[in-house]
Amino acid sequence: MSLLSIPEGTRAIFRVNPVAKLASALLLAGVLMLTIDWVSALVALGCELVLFFWAGLSARMFLLRTLPVWLAAPTAGLTTLLYGQAAGQVYWAFGLIHVTQGSSELAVATTLRILAIGLPSVVLFVTVDPTDLADGLAQVVRLPSRFVLGGLAGLRLVGLFIDDWRALELARRARGIGDGGAIRRLAGQAFALLVLSIRRGSKLATAMEARGFGAPIRRTWARPSTFGGREYALVGMGLIVALLAVVVSVATGNWHFVLA
Amino acid sequence: MTAANSATPRSASVDARGWGWRHAGRTGWAVARLDLRIEPGERVLLLGASGAGKSTLLHALAGVLGGDDEGEQHGRLLVNGGEPAAARGQAGLLLQDPDSQVILARVGDDVAFGCENLGVPREEIWRRVHECLALVGLDVPLGHPTSALSGGQKQRLALAGVLAMRPGLLLLDEPTANLDPDGVIEVRDAVARVLEHSAATFIVIEHRVAIWQDLVNRVIVLDQTGGVLADGRPDDVLTSQGERLSMAGVWVPGRGHGMPVRRTIVRGGSDGILLRAESLVIARTKSVVVARDIDLTVGAGTALAVTGPNGSGKSTLALTLGGLLKPSGGQLEASAGFAAGAAAAPIGWTSRQLLTRVGTVFQDPEHQFVAGTVRAELAVGPRALGRSGPAVDARVDTLLQRLRLDHLAEANPFTLSGGEKRRLSVGTVLATQPRLLVLDEPTFGQDFRTWREVVALLLELIDDGTGVLAVSHDSDFVAAVADREYRLLPPVATSQPVVQR
Repeated sequence: MSLLSIPEGTRAIFRVNPVAKLASALLLAGVLMLTIDWVSALVALGCELVLFFWAGLSARMFLLRTLPVWLAAPTAGLTTLLYGQAAGQVYWAFGLIHVTQGSSELAVATTLRILAIGLPSVVLFVTVDPTDLADGLAQVVRLPSRFVLGGLAGLRLVGLFIDDWRALELARRARGIGDGGAIRRLAGQAFALLVLSIRRGSKLATAMEARGFGAPIRRTWARPSTFGGREYALVGMGLIVALLAVVVSVATGNWHFVLA
Repeated sequence: MTAANSATPRSASVDARGWGWRHAGRTGWAVARLDLRIEPGERVLLLGASGAGKSTLLHALAGVLGGDDEGEQHGRLLVNGGEPAAARGQAGLLLQDPDSQVILARVGDDVAFGCENLGVPREEIWRRVHECLALVGLDVPLGHPTSALSGGQKQRLALAGVLAMRPGLLLLDEPTANLDPDGVIEVRDAVARVLEHSAATFIVIEHRVAIWQDLVNRVIVLDQTGGVLADGRPDDVLTSQGERLSMAGVWVPGRGHGMPVRRTIVRGGSDGILLRAESLVIARTKSVVVARDIDLTVGAGTALAVTGPNGSGKSTLALTLGGLLKPSGGQLEASAGFAAGAAAAPIGWTSRQLLTRVGTVFQDPEHQFVAGTVRAELAVGPRALGRSGPAVDARVDTLLQRLRLDHLAEANPFTLSGGEKRRLSVGTVLATQPRLLVLDEPTFGQDFRTWREVVALLLELIDDGTGVLAVSHDSDFVAAVADREYRLLPPVATSQPVVQR
């Protein structure tokens, strides 16, 4: 189990600087969050589905990685359908449940919106190598390198925590304190994991310091992180999709500003 | 190999002048009144009882001890005449735990990390990365994931990362203590190759003298009460101080006498059988089968050693036999006498029922500590059994004394030394007098003194009728304790039958 597994692929998307992927995903999400109509979401989703063909993900990988989004979107839609703000014609009512014209429109809009924001985010991020993202954040965005590299190194420990957690569980059974209530047991175990992780963290910090981390020297970067044509193209695509969604939505009179 | 020729760093000297260090929050000094000089290019084996401050000295030389909030300093400690912390990268430190030294996800990036921090230009970094990986014999692609490396490979990776900084002072803090025998040889050979190509001053800490004896030209023994106990050529120091060093926990070659001995030999017969496994299939998690077709028995008053290469499933087998992991196939049953009214399969026992039947000692003692003091830690088991206060106290007092932990009764288990933690982890399971003891690498990383104590304690228990099952890489331990050996074959293949020793 490793959070730092290295994604591999030859298509262009794997070589695009992760900072550009982050930027275009944020841009798209930011614009689509401004409205809750179904037209803008549908337009964005349509454009995205076309673009996914060029993403270089196999169909299997695409479905596997985006499965949570495919499950979450209709679930949220269904909840909205049953319990969403009642408006217009009532189709069906049962207790607290009111399926109305308003709630069904809202449900469709919600489902499409989650897909339109979720799918591209997942597609962009399954192709991101955390090391490359850290390089980009430090060299392109110019976040402090100590902060970025500390976070990156810490991420590697997460895999060890999972092993620790399993060992702690077995050890508790072996020590005769594994029978009690689950909540109490989990609380004790979580505390033990916290103690272990602090110890692991401080050992890692020592190892990093021993390699000159934090030395008062201007750091160099073994891996250059550049932001060029390919990156601008990706951000540009995100921008075009977002603008198209807004324009179509406003033109068809469906734009529904959330704060309005 | 033109390793360190091109830009060989100036090998560094070390000077300690009345140097001492006390960690914040401690009353005793970790190192006190240390006076010593190490000339550039000298190769030193640093010895001393555990707690003599060897690691503290190495951390200080590497400049990673921390500032005033981490502790208090006396006297002066100089590398090449300057403060160690002011010249990062001048000293390279390799630590004991392979897992805590891997910093990045890819092999090449990890080696480059130190150079980046020191501001080495990019082209020069990659030149050094290739060179240092070749030097330590780590023949994997630069993009190879570091998580897929073995312990010995991780240590060689860390060594490459240290060498890439071109240190004038190479510091190794028990670099092989957590490795299996193959890993020890890998790392030792890599260091030998490095020393052939480098003029760097070299200091290594290690309990097992034999590994490094031929690579050093000076042995320094730190005194537990401060200062230097002995200093000189390896042969001279080991001859004159051998007895004393051996008592202090150092593995001095040729000093195996005074070893504990078994009183009784195996009692045969099937009446003593505690556990029987037939065609057992073991799995770490439900879907990951690690070994199959395991047939063995574990008997009262005997010791079975489980051996085999890394990844062959030794720990998984121990945890399965100890009733902690569910077998994924085959049979594992306790004899009627051993089950004593509980279910036949150990995995069906409750946590409380396990206490008097199987005691499992984990490889990492820290995983099994659950209390705030040593005394409370020992009382956890007896209390879970619902024993009365006075009975618990009596049992705990006996154990504290038997394990030489009485002076630490109120200490936090996590603050103990490695040897003390090991003794405590054995003590916690002995507290409820289980009839079967399952131990995972009980002598891993231990000094000679703790090793002797653990062996003596186990032999005594076996003589008194306790069954012992121990996973071990340590051939000395297997020879001293085990009646039988069950050898697991490398992953994929099936296992061999039990060998009578």
